[in-house]
Amino acid sequence: MSAPSLDTTMPHVPHDGTDAEARPIFAAEPRILGLPASAWPRILAPIAVGVLALGLWEFLVRWKEIPPYILPGPVLIGQTLIADWGTLSGSLWITLRITFMALFAAVVVGVTLAVLFTQSKWLEMSLLPYAVVLQVTPIVAIAPLIIIWAGDINLSLLICAWIVAFFPILSNTILGLNSADHNLINFFQLYGATRWQTMRYLKLPAALPYFLAGLKISGGLALIGAVVAEFVAGTGGSESGLAYRILEAGYQLKIPRVFAALIMISLSGIAIFLVTSWISHLLLRRWHESALKREN
Amino acid sequence: MDPGSARRRRSVRDGRKTFDSSKMDHQALDTAYLSRPHVEGSGAKPLVSVRHVSKQFANGTLAVRDVNLDLGTGEFISLLGPSGCGKSTLLRMIAGLGAPSTGTIDWPTTSHDASGKPERDLGFVFQDPTLMPWANALSNVMMPLILKHVPKREAEARSAEMLALVGLKGFEKSYPRELSGGMKMRVSIARALVMRPKILLMDEPFAALDEITRHRLNDDLLELWWKTKFTAVFVTHSVFESVYLSKRIVVMAARPGRVMADLDVDAPYPRDELFRTSADYAHLCRVVSGKLKEAIGS
Repeated sequence: MSAPSLDTTMPHVPHDGTDAEARPIFAAEPRILGLPASAWPRILAPIAVGVLALGLWEFLVRWKEIPPYILPGPVLIGQTLIADWGTLSGSLWITLRITFMALFAAVVVGVTLAVLFTQSKWLEMSLLPYAVVLQVTPIVAIAPLIIIWAGDINLSLLICAWIVAFFPILSNTILGLNSADHNLINFFQLYGATRWQTMRYLKLPAALPYFLAGLKISGGLALIGAVVAEFVAGTGGSESGLAYRILEAGYQLKIPRVFAALIMISLSGIAIFLVTSWISHLLLRRWHESALKREN
Repeated sequence: MDPGSARRRRSVRDGRKTFDSSKMDHQALDTAYLSRPHVEGSGAKPLVSVRHVSKQFANGTLAVRDVNLDLGTGEFISLLGPSGCGKSTLLRMIAGLGAPSTGTIDWPTTSHDASGKPERDLGFVFQDPTLMPWANALSNVMMPLILKHVPKREAEARSAEMLALVGLKGFEKSYPRELSGGMKMRVSIARALVMRPKILLMDEPFAALDEITRHRLNDDLLELWWKTKFTAVFVTHSVFESVYLSKRIVVMAARPGRVMADLDVDAPYPRDELFRTSADYAHLCRVVSGKLKEAIGS
């Protein structure tokens, strides 16, 4: 090779290599409170819309004198949220625990099955239809059966949430494992890579973006599954999640409390989405198209 | 418009224009610069011996028909032909990607494993860089070593050395998306050579690059070949590229893919810009163009 030369047609400019290509984009942008200036409208615009909507809601409730057992105003809901925090936060914790356990089980079972399915076409042909059956059967319809069979109420809630959450991870991971570049597979063959090596170094990394997309969907679904299953179970007692608090408050016409619990569920869902998006961003930002910043 | 296609068209037109006028000095040139057939059974065993190889795809297409070819140690061989002439298929079969339908591909000088398969000591450069986007340049080059269970420390050192050899020192931590097309190809070449293979198979590696980059890479490839003494097999559809690089050009025809001519290019190495602009080079290109034209016409 003639002296370490680059093949760029222009004389070598410093920002042609390493991560320097991305750096000027960030460096050139002024920061406000530690965030790039362009990030603020993304945060402020939805907040402004939210504040406006809440103001309108409060105004309508007061102006039309709507009774709180029909539609409570945001201020009252906020007050209830603070007043009932002790009961509600305990229930939130229970719901979230089931959600995360279900999500964890969905990841383990989904990824394991996906790996097994790509190793054996027979396994995939024989079992995938049943995974689809689990996915398409309405959870509300089979929850009572699961509750009867499982015996333990927490276990049955966990199973229900898992059934709802695991399919997106399974199907996305299968798709990802099968979409490794064909030439790269050939390249691994050339060096006599074992099945395990091909899985470890090629197929799993190739499947990562797909898996993460599935995880984002399943995060929300696990929460929905946990709540819906508890609605169906309708059990009370000291170990109750948010769904039961909603049912209970509804029976007692404590509508502000219903809203407070609903808000907690929504915020949890948003938090789960943000966390999974953040994980996805961290894992993909260096290399995947979806995480790249483009100037044009 | 990409310069490659313009160049291809020009080469065909030139071929047509000069074909008749070159008929006269065709014979002369043949003996002066291009001599064949390759001497067979002249002592040294070839590295790879292709015998009566045909390949029929499942859909019935006859990609390659009855190809005989010996690849000698230290040669730089181009497989030249129009698209669909089976040159890539032949190259992949030599690499062990897909078995021939009939015929044999032997590696007379290499050892064979327990099941009788030759332990092919080769590197392969694909048409695209075919890098793992999630791994940086160094990790990409390290992959063959890791697959062969070379300790990580050693693999890193050897890969860094190889990257430096292809002119990418300082880019070890760069991800493929941060590199230009030519640089990605260099990483791909470094990865193919990191095991120090006896033979490097290249499947139209520079076809997607612009002409300036391609010339640069051709020069650097020749220098690498000259220094490290591997056998090179280079698939291309560019007459100019094949003449510039090769010791020997195998011209192939399409439908079905078959070998039409086997030519020696008797220009001395090292070759450089001076050779690229010389009258010798122009003559050789004209003759090879003529042969290619015959192959396409047949």
